[in-house]
Amino acid sequence: MNITARTPLSTLKSHLSAACAAAALLLAAGGAQAADLNALIWCDHSDPALLQPFEEANNVKVNVKEFEGTGAGLAIVDQSQPGDWDVMVIDSIDVPRGVEKGLFEPLPEDKLPFADLFPEVTMDTSTVVNGKRYGITEKFGYNTIGFNKTKVDPADMQSLASLTSDKYKGKVAIYDYYLPVIGMAALAIGKKTADLTEADLPALKAELLKMKANAKLVGEVTASQTALATGEVDILVGGGEWVTAGLAKENPALDFSIPKEGAVLWSQSLAMFKDSKNKDMALKFIQYILSPEGQARLATSSCYWGMPSNKKAALSDEQKKILRFDEQPGFLARAQAYPAPNADLDKKMQDMWTEMLQAQ
Amino acid sequence: MTSAGNKSRALPWALVTPALAWTLLFFVLPFIAMGLSSLTAHEGGAFTLANYSQFFTDPSYWRAMVNSLEVTAIVTVISILLAYPFAWILAEMVPERWQRLALMLAVLPFWTSYVVRSYSWLLVLAQNGVINRALTGIGLIGEPLQLANTRFATVTGFVHFFVMLLTLTIFANLKQLSPSYRKAAADLGAGPVRTFLHVVLPLTLPGIMVGAFLTFVLCIGDYITPQILGGNNELVMPQLVMMQIGRRGDFPLASALSIILMAVVTIAYLACARWLKIERA
Repeated sequence: MNITARTPLSTLKSHLSAACAAAALLLAAGGAQAADLNALIWCDHSDPALLQPFEEANNVKVNVKEFEGTGAGLAIVDQSQPGDWDVMVIDSIDVPRGVEKGLFEPLPEDKLPFADLFPEVTMDTSTVVNGKRYGITEKFGYNTIGFNKTKVDPADMQSLASLTSDKYKGKVAIYDYYLPVIGMAALAIGKKTADLTEADLPALKAELLKMKANAKLVGEVTASQTALATGEVDILVGGGEWVTAGLAKENPALDFSIPKEGAVLWSQSLAMFKDSKNKDMALKFIQYILSPEGQARLATSSCYWGMPSNKKAALSDEQKKILRFDEQPGFLARAQAYPAPNADLDKKMQDMWTEMLQAQ
Repeated sequence: MTSAGNKSRALPWALVTPALAWTLLFFVLPFIAMGLSSLTAHEGGAFTLANYSQFFTDPSYWRAMVNSLEVTAIVTVISILLAYPFAWILAEMVPERWQRLALMLAVLPFWTSYVVRSYSWLLVLAQNGVINRALTGIGLIGEPLQLANTRFATVTGFVHFFVMLLTLTIFANLKQLSPSYRKAAADLGAGPVRTFLHVVLPLTLPGIMVGAFLTFVLCIGDYITPQILGGNNELVMPQLVMMQIGRRGDFPLASALSIILMAVVTIAYLACARWLKIERA
């Protein structure tokens, strides 16, 4: 991928973009002080229950800016000044994109609890680039089948074929994120997510269209969660503990399965910016998030729950039960990583997803 | 030239400079940036027209524009049909002293968050929502209807909002209408229906069209309502734009789609301005 080539047009565009973003940046970084930590995060990191203990222990203010999607996050960085941001939450498979742009600082492995992490989720193929580690997995889970066990036969949820069967027509919602659901479609047709090529697209498209024909809606996080919680649908394709665990108290009927074909493993990492002006504090923040206490708080964040990557996370027995902590070795053995297409295949996959959405 | 003359010429410029600077900074420059961005490749930044050609050659992209225009047209027509009688009742039948309160009640939906309002509609229209429960409760239907996550839901959410907007513009127009017009029509032998069709309606067309144009612009550019209520079962243009940004960060393609959407809005404006002479209103 050539990300450094510049043309007069792109240079002018870049300068104009920077000028236009100046006001927004002032607002975003407004009030920041030298001792502050500026973090580009997903919504689970904005929970005061997660941030407050770190802020009080280190006498620091953590300024957070939420984003959704790596593209949007990297765009914020593009429009910022070097040093504006200290740490970033990023899809583990996208860590190399930040490294290629020269954004991230290698992390000191000896100062982070790698020995305590589930080995299956360290995602070294993505988080280690040219022998240096740039990201550490902090949370993971599965894009699989989320369902209401009082409305569907749990035995059916052990096979991805159920998602396209007439039995559940109109009872299904699809999570609106193309990569994991395409990964599930790959599993359904017997392909490995890591081996997908352009030649697989027709078969994947056929499978996606079959899913769409059964679906009542294709929704982002809140919409799909609401649909499952309110009984609008009984099954969520792409759902998992991130949907059902947070609602367990209010709706214990919600559950998830790892079907016999497998599930897609999602994984989010923390990375430190190369130009951070506060690298010591950034490292302390990463250490806190990866600590048993930080991991428990992150795993049970009010925005969404997920499995902590640290096996020593200080979760209560009830929280572990909800997250199905003890079943993880079996789940991980059957899970496959997100598809990690190159830029060209990624574009084709998104266009295929658009076609699926528009299909009537 | 006297210094007094210079001052008198400088004053208007001094007064409009803040507005011009604001427009330059927050509209013209971003628009130029977006235009330039739309002409570059996502990878490498080289000049290309591929972002525009994708829209015109990919049926699923083109379909998003068709969906946008269809939804916007339906919403605009339904909103006018509901808002006009509502505004008429407010202006003609509600006593003057109650009109302020009635108008305030009419615009109450504006006071709630747009997102919250959309999610509220989702719950109302859901399979277990108020409408389906009521209909099944009184035995009108056996099985719940599919209301949420459809185009019907999107249109409902939009109409709820835009009826209020159109009511305001039409009400203002009706209040400006001198009673003399209707008296003159009656003196000339026209009945109420003929007076309405040939006098009142044409004179309130500017109010209708201003409201309709605002409805068109706000509706065709809205992302939230179709995203929440439409269930992504069909994409409209703003959703397609957002899709390009999410993970891939394809700002050039998103910019091209936005420019095309803006061109459609501009055409709508020119059409309204020419037919209704809004600039002279």
